[in-house]
Amino acid sequence: MSDIVLETRGLTKRYGGVHALEDADFILRAGEHVAVVGDNGAGKSTFVRQVTAVEQKTSGQIFFDGREVEFADPLAAREAGIETVFQTLALADDLDVPSNLFLGRELFKWRFGPFSWLDRKAMRDRTLEALKTTAVKIPNVDNPIRNMSGGQRQCVSIARTAAFASKLVIMDEPTAALGVQETAQVETIIRGLKERGVPLILISHNLRQVFDLVDRIVVFRRGRIVASLRKDETDGNDIVSYITGVKGGADAVDA
Amino acid sequence: MTQTTHGLGGLKYDPTKRTRAPEWNVFLALVIIILIFEVLNRLNGSSFLFNMRDNMPGLLNKQRLDIMILQVAITGIIAIGVTQVIILGGIDLSSGSLVGATAMIVMSFAQTALVNGNPNPKAVLGDWAMDLPVIVPIVVGMGCGILAGVVNGLLIAYTRIPPFIATLGMMVTARGVARWWSNGQPVSFPTESYGHLSNGDILGTLTFGLLSWPGQNPAVVFVVLAILFHILMTRTVYGKRSYAIGSNEAAARMSGINVDRHKVLVYTVAGCLAAVAAILLTSKNLTAQAGMGVMYELDAIAMAVIGGISLSGGRGSILGTVLGAMIFSTIISGFTSIRLDAYYQEMVKGAIIVAAVVLDQWRQRQRARG
Repeated sequence: MSDIVLETRGLTKRYGGVHALEDADFILRAGEHVAVVGDNGAGKSTFVRQVTAVEQKTSGQIFFDGREVEFADPLAAREAGIETVFQTLALADDLDVPSNLFLGRELFKWRFGPFSWLDRKAMRDRTLEALKTTAVKIPNVDNPIRNMSGGQRQCVSIARTAAFASKLVIMDEPTAALGVQETAQVETIIRGLKERGVPLILISHNLRQVFDLVDRIVVFRRGRIVASLRKDETDGNDIVSYITGVKGGADAVDA
Repeated sequence: MTQTTHGLGGLKYDPTKRTRAPEWNVFLALVIIILIFEVLNRLNGSSFLFNMRDNMPGLLNKQRLDIMILQVAITGIIAIGVTQVIILGGIDLSSGSLVGATAMIVMSFAQTALVNGNPNPKAVLGDWAMDLPVIVPIVVGMGCGILAGVVNGLLIAYTRIPPFIATLGMMVTARGVARWWSNGQPVSFPTESYGHLSNGDILGTLTFGLLSWPGQNPAVVFVVLAILFHILMTRTVYGKRSYAIGSNEAAARMSGINVDRHKVLVYTVAGCLAAVAAILLTSKNLTAQAGMGVMYELDAIAMAVIGGISLSGGRGSILGTVLGAMIFSTIISGFTSIRLDAYYQEMVKGAIIVAAVVLDQWRQRQRARG
């Protein structure tokens, strides 16, 4: 079973009495792109927050890259190879594009603790390269992010994830705030990841997008996984039935 | 070719239309302010910058410039540290009091045993602390700065109390230390070599007499520190992290930057710079008093704000603060030159600080809209 990248067994998260995530069994295989869909409050983001250790799970197990993991914080998850685009953008507004792309993993000419000399040219060159492969349009990468549109900022955030993607990419509603053109750019980036064989978990409300991009769709409802369907075995109506609870066993319990 | 594009098929971008560095505006303001005071002085038949006396040599008004430069240098050194703290998204109210406390302690290790053949009347510590090599008070002073800075940093980074409160506590505590140290008595009569720290001619020594600027060592130190920290803030990961944390602390944390450790480092640097100012100030004045450095923290913050450092963090530069310091000192000297009453000076000073912050807020709104 070495082709399993990420597996969760009985993953559970409770906020006080609220069962935000209940007994989630999830498997992601090498190179696979999986969409996570569900209504607001269905537990999608909660699921991602447990996997990336933004929050600590109540119970359950997470296996990543062939072994059980207990990430202490998001940084540990990232160092293990999980790159995440969060709903709230993790960008520093006053820094330019290269600085944001290389935030926390700068390139150096020489190292001397906190006074290490930055290799600004190399970072700039690699930024332009990364933007080229992702087809993101930024008029001037030397401007602070502050001066850019929401779409451009989102693209920088996603370009950063894609550029450093190693073992797994997670995107939490990456196109929620974007226009048509910018959404298309993000989708191009996602297709690029597919070609490179980088596995992806995509949280999205956009079913058209989901059917365009991923191999498999996992439906969350009221904190539980109620369906895991291959794209070619299902259609939009079917997915909506699971999302709204017309189909799926979970409803019998809490109707 | 004036148009270039970055990225694929990107938008047109004209590099010539790139927004001017904000420091240019500050510099322009400095020039205008100098001109205004020059004109106001000329109306009275005198001059702000130039030497108008026939019985004195030189083109420039050396006396006034010397005072201005000294003023810029001492408070400016503090402002370099405060600037870094503000860019980090914090604030340091303790630097003025820290100057006071450090001054008292340092001076006690710099005293000489005999004054005109009599025992030092202001001796604080025992005979063992008399006529020590000059390196001892310097090390002790830097130790004070490091200690206060580390405490500030640890409080802010690990108890998560607002920097305003943590450094306010340090401000009151350090002033208390300054008063308690010698029961409010001034500490005076340092060794000759200690007096030389500020009053000697370090530039002459370093350049083997090629250049010379006797009595202005604080200014030399200020320029060196300003260049050093400008480079650190723009070229090294130290600066990059400071800007990143001040800009978006959560993002910096998420990106793997050790935010807490970096905060301690920056507050420690600020403490050290306040200690440097204290050493130079006591060496210049050959005495230390418990009230030294009162309001310096606000002057330093004002210099930073005038120099375009955003109080919300993430924006500004050391160069901006240097220019801000020059504006600040020019205004003070300018008011004196037109014989404006000291009370009015304070009031106008306050108004300028508020105006600078209002301007900063206004610029931010403009940017958000644009």
